[in-house]
Amino acid sequence: MKIRRSIKDNRGESILFRRRALAGFVLILLGLCLLIARFTFLQVMHHDEFVTRSQNNRVKPRAIPPARGLIYDRNGILLADNVPAFRLEVVPEQVKDMPALLTRLGAVVPLGQDDLDAFHKQLEQSRRFESVPLKMHLTEDEIDRFAVNRWRFPGVDVVPYLTRRYPQGKLFAHVVGYVGRIDADDLDRLDPVRYKGTSHVGRSGLERSYEDVLHGTPGYELLEVNADGRTQRVLETHAPTPGKNLYLSLDAHLQKAAEMAFDGRPGAAVAIDPRNGQVLAMVSVPTFDPNLFVNGISQPDYSALTNNPDKPLYNRALRGVYPPGSTVKPLIGLAGLETGMRKPGDTVLSTGVFYIPGQSRGYRDDQRGGVGTVNLVQAIEMSVNTYFYKLAMDMGIDRFSAFMGKFGFGRPTGIDLLGESSGVLPSREWKAANLHQPWYPGETVIAGIGQGFWAVTPLQLAHAIATFAGHGIPYAPRLVMATQGVASAKPQPLANPPSGPSLIRNPADWDVVNQGMQMVIYGDKGTGRKLGIGFPYLMAGKSGTAERYSRTSDAYNNNRNTAYLASRHRAWFVAYAPADNPQIAVAALLESGAWGAEAAGPIVRKILDAWLASHGGVIPGSKRLPTVPAGSEQQAPVPDIDDATEDVPAQASTGATP
Amino acid sequence: MIEVLFARVHRFLRRILTRPRIDLPLTFSLIVLASIGLVTLYSAGDGSLALVGGQAARFALGGALLLLISRIPPPVLRSWTPWLYAISTGLLVVVAILGEGRGANRWLDLGVMRFQPSELLKLTMPMMVAWYLHPRQLPPGWKDIVAVGILIAIPAGLIAEQPDLGTALLVAAAGAFALFLSGMAWWRIGVLIGAVAGMVPVAWHFLHQYQRDRVLTLLNPESDPLGNGWHIIQSQIAVGSGGIFGKGWQHSTQSRLDFLPEHTTDFIFAVFSEEFGLIGVIALIALYAFIIGRCLWIAMESRDTYSRLLAGAIGMSFFVYVFVNGGMITGMLPVVGVPLPLISYGGTSAVSLLVGFGVLMSIHANRKMHL
Repeated sequence: MKIRRSIKDNRGESILFRRRALAGFVLILLGLCLLIARFTFLQVMHHDEFVTRSQNNRVKPRAIPPARGLIYDRNGILLADNVPAFRLEVVPEQVKDMPALLTRLGAVVPLGQDDLDAFHKQLEQSRRFESVPLKMHLTEDEIDRFAVNRWRFPGVDVVPYLTRRYPQGKLFAHVVGYVGRIDADDLDRLDPVRYKGTSHVGRSGLERSYEDVLHGTPGYELLEVNADGRTQRVLETHAPTPGKNLYLSLDAHLQKAAEMAFDGRPGAAVAIDPRNGQVLAMVSVPTFDPNLFVNGISQPDYSALTNNPDKPLYNRALRGVYPPGSTVKPLIGLAGLETGMRKPGDTVLSTGVFYIPGQSRGYRDDQRGGVGTVNLVQAIEMSVNTYFYKLAMDMGIDRFSAFMGKFGFGRPTGIDLLGESSGVLPSREWKAANLHQPWYPGETVIAGIGQGFWAVTPLQLAHAIATFAGHGIPYAPRLVMATQGVASAKPQPLANPPSGPSLIRNPADWDVVNQGMQMVIYGDKGTGRKLGIGFPYLMAGKSGTAERYSRTSDAYNNNRNTAYLASRHRAWFVAYAPADNPQIAVAALLESGAWGAEAAGPIVRKILDAWLASHGGVIPGSKRLPTVPAGSEQQAPVPDIDDATEDVPAQASTGATP
Repeated sequence: MIEVLFARVHRFLRRILTRPRIDLPLTFSLIVLASIGLVTLYSAGDGSLALVGGQAARFALGGALLLLISRIPPPVLRSWTPWLYAISTGLLVVVAILGEGRGANRWLDLGVMRFQPSELLKLTMPMMVAWYLHPRQLPPGWKDIVAVGILIAIPAGLIAEQPDLGTALLVAAAGAFALFLSGMAWWRIGVLIGAVAGMVPVAWHFLHQYQRDRVLTLLNPESDPLGNGWHIIQSQIAVGSGGIFGKGWQHSTQSRLDFLPEHTTDFIFAVFSEEFGLIGVIALIALYAFIIGRCLWIAMESRDTYSRLLAGAIGMSFFVYVFVNGGMITGMLPVVGVPLPLISYGGTSAVSLLVGFGVLMSIHANRKMHL
């Protein structure tokens, strides 16, 4: 831009500025006069009125915290409840010397450092006449001791409030989560008006991700106070709006069966309804009692949890990442069919070792000497590595990861919980971004059997298998099925539309892979051939045995006892049923299991048994297997759920067949 | 070594005392204002000496910075201007990125201290507009007006997004005043104001719900007894009950009985009005008017366009503080976080205001010499 300095008229500008400055000053004076006029209006014309209001200023508002929404399972079994409890509160303006009071009070009712920190922070944010909570969940003993000494502590009182209780204890700890006392950090984050009077906030699980829904809106009451600030009477009450109740898609019976199936061994299982993405069960073993956290966990309890080598606080289903092993083979086979790389009849010769042309490193089959010529269905049935090595090689890593990525690997599934792991979907881009290395062909080969860079969460695998079982329609997993505004109103279902059209182009491809997965259960050489016995509907599944370490010596081949292998293997089993009309898909992982089908398979079977039992043993519209006469199959015992709700009919409690 | 340093300090102090580069009337009125601030703070803070001491320390820091900056000649400031503007706007972007996903994000944590980059813009914004207009032919045409509009809109938008509407308003006003003082034609100002008025319904859409609530609360304060409505009602009772002569120092019942919220920061003017009455309010506003007038006087006497526009804009934006804060506590304007300059308790605003006056002093020291 050309600037014509020569024409710039400094003197003219100076005069122009002088005029502008004067005009501006006049405008400013007018503005200030307007302000003075407003002050005059208040201080002179309405002075008397405001003096009266100032003298009669005896009305103070007090917030009434809303009741937190309750959480139910899909059949109305209560998972999170509000129960009355007592806490200690202090009205700051009635206390002369706060530090001295706290010291004296601490001798009567023990006060922890956390209590004191939160109290001081909340004290700063409150008006001096507002009661501030000091210690939550007093024991009866503490209430008694305080009652005797109460006269020594003016301004301190025992106040009833509602506290959270999880009647199912540790069964839902990883899903429902827990609330904790609002601490100093929370106070910076939360809306002070909305949380006025509230003492607890969602800390983990659904309690955290649905905090906005569960919390509700506070009400208030107008109190008349005397000159000392003591309440004389309540003038007006505006009731709070309670938080909404949540109805989960989880089935407490299924959840219990899944947890019991693990028998305390570390692992995780997730069951999803392929027709809508609803999560039916989600367990991570071991687990913990969420009730411990609600009013502040004691140091010994907390150390016991954090020092436990099995890490009970760790949500394996959501955050644990493991190589999926052979469980992804059906999807890789599907990729071969869908990309046109394979026809169902194409065969591969398994000789026990696979070589990349021109390279000397061998990639092993499970069977020494191989299993001969196999097509896709047989390759899935017997989990033949060579078939998938070659398929992955022929497909190439780019097409491979593009197809597998559509089933949700390598990214969060979008479940309504926070803190999900992404896992790793092997791809050129992932390796370049994370390891800054080029891609090698050998890595494509081992990606073909779910090893190498692969890492998935149990949730991701269950989601992928559910998406397949649901004929490729992608639904994000959902735990919350419906919310309920006022206790009497009908629950409002939450919409969960599929995120797109089916991922499977040719339905015939689905049929082939489905057949392969049925052969895993029913084929003579199926890896899971014992798992279908006695189950009255068609099952389809796939085992997976992922290696934790690479094989460095021949010890592996010579030392095939179960205990040794369990220390080296992750055992997976995935399944869905009924295979002709899938309504449940399950993935189960045992952190230390020798072989997928033998170790993790029975867990999946027990979950399916419980699911069938909760449907009364009959799934309409699905083929019943002739080998098992109706009504005579062995019913798995349905675990008892301690149902705290009395008015809800437990419609799914026994496995009676009609 | 120490003796050299000592000698330097001695020489520096002597020069300040013997040949003041600072404007004495402005300095004197600032000292009076700060003193009123400390006295009011003592009463509003329930006689807390810690509070008053902390504020006095900030005044001392601000005063030292004022003296330091008054030694930097305006041409040097002008040459730094684009960099200062770019850095402060860049910091806003950093805050916006770092703070993603949290509620209100204004702070940058430097480890030792936290500060709000938006505070820097209160000064760098008028500097940048003055820098831009300095070499150009004035009064500005549409092209330059649009360019200045963009310079204002980027940081003001980022600050409004934080969300901190009060500071965004102050920053935008500082830039707009520089444009006004450059002699922008009245009809063009009229067109712009008309356009802005037309945008109000659109802007309403982009406001956060809590910001809309604040405006609506103004119309019906009784609707929000736990939040801002309560603030407005109690503040008006404080002001109104003060009357003409006030209740006297330390006799503000509204503040004492804790009816008045934020009574040491944003609502301290209400305490002042309750204790010193209309007489006190008029005296205080007259003092502010004098300071603004003196700033404009310094601007008129300065040598070049840059100094003139900058000094004038700093002075005029002082008015926005007073007007918005006074309007808020009397229930005339919605509740936005704008402090009462040099009276409200709070570090960043006191220091940044005094730094701004440092620039004015520098401009004053380099004024046209009347021979």
